[in-house]
Amino acid sequence: MDKKKKRLYIRGAILLILAAAIVFALTSKKETKVLAVGDKAPNFELQDMDGKKVKLSDYEGQGVLLNFWGTWCPPCKKEMPYIEKHFKEFTNKGVQVLSVNIGESHFKVDTFIKQYGLTFPVLIDKNKSVSRNSYNVVPLPTTMLIDKNGVIQEIVTRELSEAEIVSLMESIQPE
Amino acid sequence: MSKIKCQCGHENPFGTVLCEKCGRPQTDEAQKSEMVDMRYEGSARRSQTYKKSIIDKIWNFFSSVKIGVSIIIAVLSTSAIGTIFPQKFYVPVSGNDPSEYLAYYERLYGTAGKLYYQLGFYDMYDSWWFKILIGMLGTSIIIASLDRVIPLYKSLKKQRTKRHPSFMKRQRVFGQDHIEDADESLEKAEKALKDLHYNVKVEDGAILAEKNRFGRWGPYVNHAGLIIFLLGVLMRGIPGFYVDETMWIREGETREIPGAPGYLLENVDFSVETYSKDEAGKVFGEAIEKNGSIVKEFKSDVKLYKEKEGSLPGSSDVEFVKEYPIIVNKPLKFDGYSIFQMDYQTDELKSMTFNLVNKKTEESFGEFTIDLNDPADSYDLGNGSSIELMEYYADYDGIVDGEPTSKSPIPNNPAFIFNMKTPDHPEGEKSFVAIRQTLEVEPNDYEAKFQSAETRDASGLTIRKDKTLYILLLGGIVFMIGVIQGSYWQHRRIWIQKGTNSEMLIAAHTNKNWFTLKKDIDTVKEVAALPAYTDKQDKDAVTDTVMEGDTN
Repeated sequence: MDKKKKRLYIRGAILLILAAAIVFALTSKKETKVLAVGDKAPNFELQDMDGKKVKLSDYEGQGVLLNFWGTWCPPCKKEMPYIEKHFKEFTNKGVQVLSVNIGESHFKVDTFIKQYGLTFPVLIDKNKSVSRNSYNVVPLPTTMLIDKNGVIQEIVTRELSEAEIVSLMESIQPE
Repeated sequence: MSKIKCQCGHENPFGTVLCEKCGRPQTDEAQKSEMVDMRYEGSARRSQTYKKSIIDKIWNFFSSVKIGVSIIIAVLSTSAIGTIFPQKFYVPVSGNDPSEYLAYYERLYGTAGKLYYQLGFYDMYDSWWFKILIGMLGTSIIIASLDRVIPLYKSLKKQRTKRHPSFMKRQRVFGQDHIEDADESLEKAEKALKDLHYNVKVEDGAILAEKNRFGRWGPYVNHAGLIIFLLGVLMRGIPGFYVDETMWIREGETREIPGAPGYLLENVDFSVETYSKDEAGKVFGEAIEKNGSIVKEFKSDVKLYKEKEGSLPGSSDVEFVKEYPIIVNKPLKFDGYSIFQMDYQTDELKSMTFNLVNKKTEESFGEFTIDLNDPADSYDLGNGSSIELMEYYADYDGIVDGEPTSKSPIPNNPAFIFNMKTPDHPEGEKSFVAIRQTLEVEPNDYEAKFQSAETRDASGLTIRKDKTLYILLLGGIVFMIGVIQGSYWQHRRIWIQKGTNSEMLIAAHTNKNWFTLKKDIDTVKEVAALPAYTDKQDKDAVTDTVMEGDTN
């Protein structure tokens, strides 16, 4: 009886280890990780148009609308004015806007800001390390809504309408 | 289940064919047969012992050689199918849109391609079912080996020198005869066998001479090697163990290295060097003439930077590590990573130089060069003239909704809006300049004339890191040791014993190379009087006796 039990345990343990190995083989992916809703937003440090360093962690305790964009991307151009229109009212409610340009020249970003009269902080990801590596952003625009705890609440990979921008910013408003 | 008690008093586990100690056949089948199956020493393979709980059932499933062979066939045939059409990795489809992949396979390979895609063969080696198949193969190897090697080890360890005559009789090589002085024969045989480097045990008028038992472990060592190899492959899934990435980096750019977080690479210069005719000599000179030019070297001069400890992604807080010229087969190496030169692209526009001229007099007011990747707001030409860059479109794609647009940030087709300030026109004249195209709102007196352009190259690099390489190597070495061990060492055993009434019995067994085993016995027989033996599977010997019978 004792021997049988021992055998059962040994066999069970070996089978369990092998099953775990198979499960590991199935779940471990070599592909680069993609951020998902519920993940902690990776911290970064980028320079704004005046060369001032801005960290995501500077906005801890506040909601952040993080927008990745490029000057050549038509939907980016469309949604920018809506963001501009509403960002001020939300600043007082504890929701900030951070927009990250993907590696374009200072000139190009600057003319764009002037053309659209943007007043929210625009950061340039010169080495594309934040957008391509940390956040793995593929389509533009990509907008992420980060709550006051630094957790990603929503990821949108298409153009946003004015109404959507407002409701998304409301959704990460700290109480 | 109950144990099987042999007549010799030894208790054998259920499923035993030949008694572990004396070798008496335990099953009806073995008792009836003329020759016993000596595989695994007739020991109870564990798979055959108990079939009770679900765990035992799974265990027994994987222990079966039939199942093992079926899995191997399944792996082989699916692997073969996976090579019929290119795998997803090699398909030139950008992005991850499944419909584009389907379209690709259908377009190139028709219905078969469509089916190939739909059945998932297009990304087979990463598919869940292929991984499960490999996992099952590993499981089968481990369990089937354990189930055989342990009982085999035990019974070889327990084997007695003196075997029961019924065991002897059922060996392939067996002889039985009346011998004058059996004790003297035994003594002489013992010495002769020792001279042949056998391990000889003598007990109660019986000899067991054994050689190269070590060879029996070959298959299991081989399996252990396979398991180490599979383990190595599995470890590639652990973050930081295996990296295989590619990156494109233009001259002058600094990029974070994919797969190597915290490291940045700057491409200082890319160059292609070809063999000159003088250098090539007579023979190769002809070849160069025939083929145009032959490349000597692809080289990327790079600088490696490391983000400072604790600095965040995106920060420019980096420290210089080293400078290195990467050429083919001479990768940049750092921290376990190797960066290889793999590909290149030449002639992407880098900068454009214009000349500001008066249209009528063609008098030049100075040249200015625009860095297409970092244009300035304005260019002072001196003498009261300057150019104000009002807009820049890197990849001009026509006018949409009354506004010039760029379809990408890459300077494939640059276009500019200049405001040309001259002493004549201090407010400036506006001009839209694209390649081979100049638009003016009103006719201008001045124009920015295109002078020249500079291009830059881009390097295609591959980033590799493989910590599992040595594990795979170890697996391969162990695998080979097992093969050699099992192939070149044959486990030979010779049993000699006194029977009843001054009779002697001789039997022998080997797992392979019976010829040499018989030669060994013959050598012993030269010095010691031993019974003549027959090889039950030697067909020639059988025919001989038949023919003898015929002539008689």
